[in-house]
Amino acid sequence: MLIAGLVITGVFLLTALLAPLLAPYGFDQLRADGEAFGAQRPPSAEHLLGTTVGGYDVLSRVLWGAQTAVLVIIVAIALSIVVGVLLGLVSGYLGGWLDRVLVVVCDAIYAFPSLLLAILMSIVISGGQSSLWGGLLAAAISITVVFIPQYFRVVRSEVVRVKAEAFVESAKVLGAPAGRIMLRSVLPNATRTLPLIVTLNASEAILTLAGLGFLGFGIEPTAAAEWGYDLNKALSDVTSGIWWTSMFPGLAIVLAVLGITLVGESLNDLADPRLRGRRRAGVSSGAVAETSVAAEATPASAVAENAAGSTAAPAREDDLR
Amino acid sequence: MTTVLRIDSLGVSFATDAGAVKAVDDVSLEVARGEVLAIVGESGSGKTVTAKSILGLLPETATANGVVMLSSRDGQSEHDVVAMSGPALREVRGRDAAMVFQEPSTALNPVFTVGWQLIEGLRAHGVPRKRARERAIEILGTVGIPDPEERIDHYPHQFSGGQKQRIVIAMALVLEPGLIVADEPTTALDVTVQAEILDLLRRCRDEFGAGIVLITHNMGVVADLADRVAVMYQGRVIEQADVRTLFSAPQTEYTRALLDAVPYVGHGRSAAAARAAARTGEWSTSAALVEASGLEVTYPGRLGRHGFHAVRGVDLSIRAGEVLGLVGESGSGKSTIGRAIAGLTRVTGGSLRVLDHELNGVREREFRAVRSRIGFVFQDPASSFDPRRTIADAVAEPFLIHGRAEHPGDARAQVDELLEAVQLPRAYGDRFPFELSGGQRQRASLARALALRPELLIADEPTSALDVSVQARVLELFAELQREFGFACLFISHDLAVVDLVADRIAVLHRGELVEVGTSAEVLGDPREPYTQRLLASLPVPDPVAQAERRETLRALRDAER
Repeated sequence: MLIAGLVITGVFLLTALLAPLLAPYGFDQLRADGEAFGAQRPPSAEHLLGTTVGGYDVLSRVLWGAQTAVLVIIVAIALSIVVGVLLGLVSGYLGGWLDRVLVVVCDAIYAFPSLLLAILMSIVISGGQSSLWGGLLAAAISITVVFIPQYFRVVRSEVVRVKAEAFVESAKVLGAPAGRIMLRSVLPNATRTLPLIVTLNASEAILTLAGLGFLGFGIEPTAAAEWGYDLNKALSDVTSGIWWTSMFPGLAIVLAVLGITLVGESLNDLADPRLRGRRRAGVSSGAVAETSVAAEATPASAVAENAAGSTAAPAREDDLR
Repeated sequence: MTTVLRIDSLGVSFATDAGAVKAVDDVSLEVARGEVLAIVGESGSGKTVTAKSILGLLPETATANGVVMLSSRDGQSEHDVVAMSGPALREVRGRDAAMVFQEPSTALNPVFTVGWQLIEGLRAHGVPRKRARERAIEILGTVGIPDPEERIDHYPHQFSGGQKQRIVIAMALVLEPGLIVADEPTTALDVTVQAEILDLLRRCRDEFGAGIVLITHNMGVVADLADRVAVMYQGRVIEQADVRTLFSAPQTEYTRALLDAVPYVGHGRSAAAARAAARTGEWSTSAALVEASGLEVTYPGRLGRHGFHAVRGVDLSIRAGEVLGLVGESGSGKSTIGRAIAGLTRVTGGSLRVLDHELNGVREREFRAVRSRIGFVFQDPASSFDPRRTIADAVAEPFLIHGRAEHPGDARAQVDELLEAVQLPRAYGDRFPFELSGGQRQRASLARALALRPELLIADEPTSALDVSVQARVLELFAELQREFGFACLFISHDLAVVDLVADRIAVLHRGELVEVGTSAEVLGDPREPYTQRLLASLPVPDPVAQAERRETLRALRDAER
């Protein structure tokens, strides 16, 4: 699953990077050598995947579209991860009324339909005018607003867990200022679930951008190639037997989302040793682990003592109450 | 005597990421009816794995071979647990052998009544509902739960820790199995409760005639309850003997070392006397480093509820270079006092002066500078270091925070010196915490606490998560460092014998109030308060003969209180 996901995602990223080289035409190219492509042409030698109703080359549009998709992922995640993680860190560590207010606000955003928000944002940002960055930012910011609560929630709960660990208290006892504790001790130990959300959000970002494009709030074909826009324009083609205009952008969306989701899911499995496949040991094989006092230096005894320490700890935690 | 359990050359291996690991190797044991066999050893010696294989409770990653022969109570049939699986195994569990778990609060399901959980086990073995309820009430009465008819419909959280363990034992007893496997049955309990549970287990043996396999690392518990002892080391049984023989004439070097490492009450007195003699008259009039008067700490309650008074009106003082031992049971507020002195918990009433700063109503910013003069050693070595940073980084942290070094590398020379002071090789500085054993980590923790040469050290149960042999070394090191650095120390522990080893004076806490304060000789040698007397008498000593006498003393004390 991980391999399949990595391959699909790799192909997707490479396509985005090499789109100018791979695509036979530009995304907004209507004619070559002074001659128009013509609209709704079926796949042929000049146009491997045919042309759209607007007279664009489908293959080129699909390949260039990968670039737009990657851009929206990067912008959306960069914006939401910074804000979400920072808010989660501060809110979880400091607690109190700030924490309570932020949690309520984030819950409220959860309840808000994200696509509606995206439409609103795209109108506000682009003012009805369509451009590459206008459309991109509209999609990215609307996704950001919806994603921030997710990062916030995950990081906050991790921070609350890590905050109670003795090493954080030990930094406090040493007199470290709160900012230093948050950045040096808490944050590095609170990010283990982030890769998973990043991948899940990446696929959601693509879907939101495509959804915006499909509803007509996307990026004009002259500004950038965008799969959702192409799907929207291909709507009427479907009933008249023109399958190539809708199938390939749709396939591109499905594959990109599938690839990233597969990576995310398998990251989840890798992080959890219980989900990792493991064969049973042969009949009483293996060496006896060194656990003696004399051999205290060996890592094996450290592991064994860890196990003992962690089972003994909860028993005495109520001492603190 | 009939044999209820016979283990023949049992071997257990676990599959891990790093290949197969053998946990138990060629173990052979026998338990007769009405006999208590104690299996002792350090953590990782395979004692729990052996116990679990008796009931076929090994996880999927484990493979067992050999023979574990369980006889049914009437002696009619025998079963080899290793070869059994599924329904046959379920049939045997509970009927022929039952288990008592370490942590009573997690062994009971919080969403069902204790009666439901008891009846569940009976019903699984085909007892009709009405009869099962009668039997459950009867067994609850037997293990000493008052008003069993009413309490049977209560939920686990409505019982105290000791009562919960009684209920877990009742669940094990309810089908009258021939064998009870008790895995560290008293480790999570306070000493006074521990003594009661040990009494109950003794009754299981005497009145029910059950054989008991007792897994423990506490030699005092062994001396109190066991008839025979098997010492496990690195997955093998290295010595097996009658309890009196084992304690009086241990055969192997390892057993001898293990017994020597157990702290006795009364061993630290000469060291404390020597320290007291070295002090001049001036010392007793010098200003105290820590001065608490009427100290109160209250944890806020939930909305509409009263707060919880963790510490009520405690008066304490610690002078320069003095070790004050703070003992008490869980919930007595001893950790809270330590945390309050370190500024981790807010003082809500009275006065607490630490290094000439009043902590009642102090602002964090004013107190930060004082922190360089206080060190803190935490209980759990597993979590007291940031798992992502090396030991050297962690030990250098105090230098960085208080501006004595710009970069962890600048402080490396001092860090090396500190590591050497706590008897860790310099090279260990480059290791990560998980690459160190618990004892080594606790030493590194000491190094970090002592980095800035503090005048005051707070040690919160620094050895309670360690094996006895490791504990002995850490305590020795602590005493040595105290001599060398001369810091004052608040040493918090639930173990009177440990406190006795290191402390000059001892303060006994009970439910947030100070019961008794005095020198170690006064408090432990001639306790005045009944609570201290009971605490001291409950502590099992690692000597079967002496322990039998102490048991009588404790019984007399308890009767006198009634």
